[in-house]
Amino acid sequence: MSTAPTTEHPAVPRDVRRATRDAQEPIIGGVAAGLARHLAVPVLWVRAAFVLTALLGGLGVALYAGLWLVLPSDSRFETEAPGLESASRGGLRPGRMRRLGDMGPAIALAALAFGGVLVVEAVFGRGALFWPLFIGVIGIALLWRQADEAQRERWLDTTGRIDPVRVVLGNGGWAAYGRLAAGIGLVVTALVLFAFRGGSLSVARDVGVAAVLGVVGIAIVVGPWVYRLASDLTAERAERVRTQERADVAAHLHDSVLQTLALIQKNADDGPTVARLARSQERDLRSWLYSGESTDESSLASALRGATAAVEDAHGVSVDLVTVGDCDFDESLRAIVAATREAVTNAAKHAGAGRVDVYAEVSPSAVDVFVRDRGRGFDPEATPTDRYGVRHSIVDRMDRHGGSAEVRSTIGEGTEVRLHLPRQPRGARQEDVDE
Amino acid sequence: MSEQVPVSVVIVDDHAMFRRGVRAELEATGAGVVAIKAEAADVDEAVAAIAAHHPDVVLLDVHLPGGGGAEVMRRMPWPDSRYLALSVSDAAEDVIGTIRGGARGYVTKTITGPELVQAIRRVAEGDAVFSPRLAGFVLDAFAGTIDVAAVDEDLDRLTEREREVMRLIARGYAYKEVAKELFISIKTVETHMSSVLRKLQLSSRHELTRWASDRRLL
Repeated sequence: MSTAPTTEHPAVPRDVRRATRDAQEPIIGGVAAGLARHLAVPVLWVRAAFVLTALLGGLGVALYAGLWLVLPSDSRFETEAPGLESASRGGLRPGRMRRLGDMGPAIALAALAFGGVLVVEAVFGRGALFWPLFIGVIGIALLWRQADEAQRERWLDTTGRIDPVRVVLGNGGWAAYGRLAAGIGLVVTALVLFAFRGGSLSVARDVGVAAVLGVVGIAIVVGPWVYRLASDLTAERAERVRTQERADVAAHLHDSVLQTLALIQKNADDGPTVARLARSQERDLRSWLYSGESTDESSLASALRGATAAVEDAHGVSVDLVTVGDCDFDESLRAIVAATREAVTNAAKHAGAGRVDVYAEVSPSAVDVFVRDRGRGFDPEATPTDRYGVRHSIVDRMDRHGGSAEVRSTIGEGTEVRLHLPRQPRGARQEDVDE
Repeated sequence: MSEQVPVSVVIVDDHAMFRRGVRAELEATGAGVVAIKAEAADVDEAVAAIAAHHPDVVLLDVHLPGGGGAEVMRRMPWPDSRYLALSVSDAAEDVIGTIRGGARGYVTKTITGPELVQAIRRVAEGDAVFSPRLAGFVLDAFAGTIDVAAVDEDLDRLTEREREVMRLIARGYAYKEVAKELFISIKTVETHMSSVLRKLQLSSRHELTRWASDRRLL
């Protein structure tokens, strides 16, 4: 983890893992969930820890508040495939869903905390200070929550302008107003309570304290907005640069679609060519828009995508590739990709079926690839020599590289080629060294 | 058998051209098996159409103005309708999200007419429809790469048998072939599929959707 491989990939900087708040499904501020993810411990533990420390003189509350203030939310400008982003912006995709079930443990913990507080209060009796503080904390939490919601909506906003009303209210709605009103109400109540409970020792001092508290209160309340606005501005600048890059890519892509359309018009009489062009363009566009998947040799799945795409283009069949798991692509895996390509090519050329299914599964111990067609099939015992030869080139290749290949075929039902390659222990060793 | 009663269908998709294409295809290959009652182009229209026609099956686009296909299912205009998701988006989070929203199956828009008719029949009969791609997503999602505080063990993992079935579906096997390969009946295969669907919908692994975005980073 710590030492970057220097010889192989000199230019790849390691990412520093940063803790973030969970802004997708926050219970209060998403601090516990984000922290749990960062520390790789169950979220319930973190929540319990906060509750416990909160009982110890409010340390947990202070910690939670501090983390809420400084941890960035995880929903920055999400970079998804452009088609998905635009679908999100246009409201074509569902927003986040809130599952009541998720709140169960949180509510239980909150009830527990409340009970604990009451017990502490009953034993030590410090009600005079406690209630104003308690109400004030809830009020501030509500206001901060509104700051979060407004921030999230600002990110989804397409206009890119920052106007002061939206900064506070987001897109409005009763929830925003409600949170704001309840939050301010609670904070004011807390201040008033505090001022009155202090008794009437000296009115002047009370007023002074209240004023100071008011100022502090406002600072606390407005703090997050100011802080986030500043960080948003930086993020927006970065986003603008990225948008421009994206526009370039889009232009490039439209260009390629235009080219294909021109080619299709030119070959309008040639059915298979038109189908081939359309399919290859469709694949291009789809993967760019919705999955952002590559077809280079950066990973095994990516290499397989590249290989199947090439066969698709060359032979005019559609190849359906499904991969489960993935790993880095290296020399030892080249054999299985080549054998896959061979098998798919075979199916495309001889099976006479329009579709080939390829399924690849990467497990820690092995890579398995299945190539299946529903073509005419053949009898492996009595195959003509050319097919036998091709079959051998697959089987032999896999054998040479320490794997195995099996061809199952039934006349009239199709053929399935199964490729199996144990993952090289060398890869595992290298990983150990990297750790 | 009541097979003669055609399955009533509502098509929901925001692309008029696609709706027309599906309608033409279903009318050609599914005559007597499916009957198209209505079309809708967004969430509100879909809710109104489903409430008015009470279809057996709703062909639902994943990306839909007004909050996506999941929103239609959330509003539940007619409780007995079953949903089959149809999409060009192969994004894992969309697919898994739609299934968790209540769809009984997911097929891509490149599906052929006869296959679509068959998928509609299956969904109407209460079975699940898994395309190879969806099966792949399921295997990935339940692969144990996600760290979760296991809340409900039973829902959070697939049995070995279910995994085998999913693997064969991902390999492009039809139900009949899966049954033959595993020496079990088609009914049993369907039971396994329904159980996987249930796990996918009810599993407390709410990281299932997050997995999709994380996976790209791994």
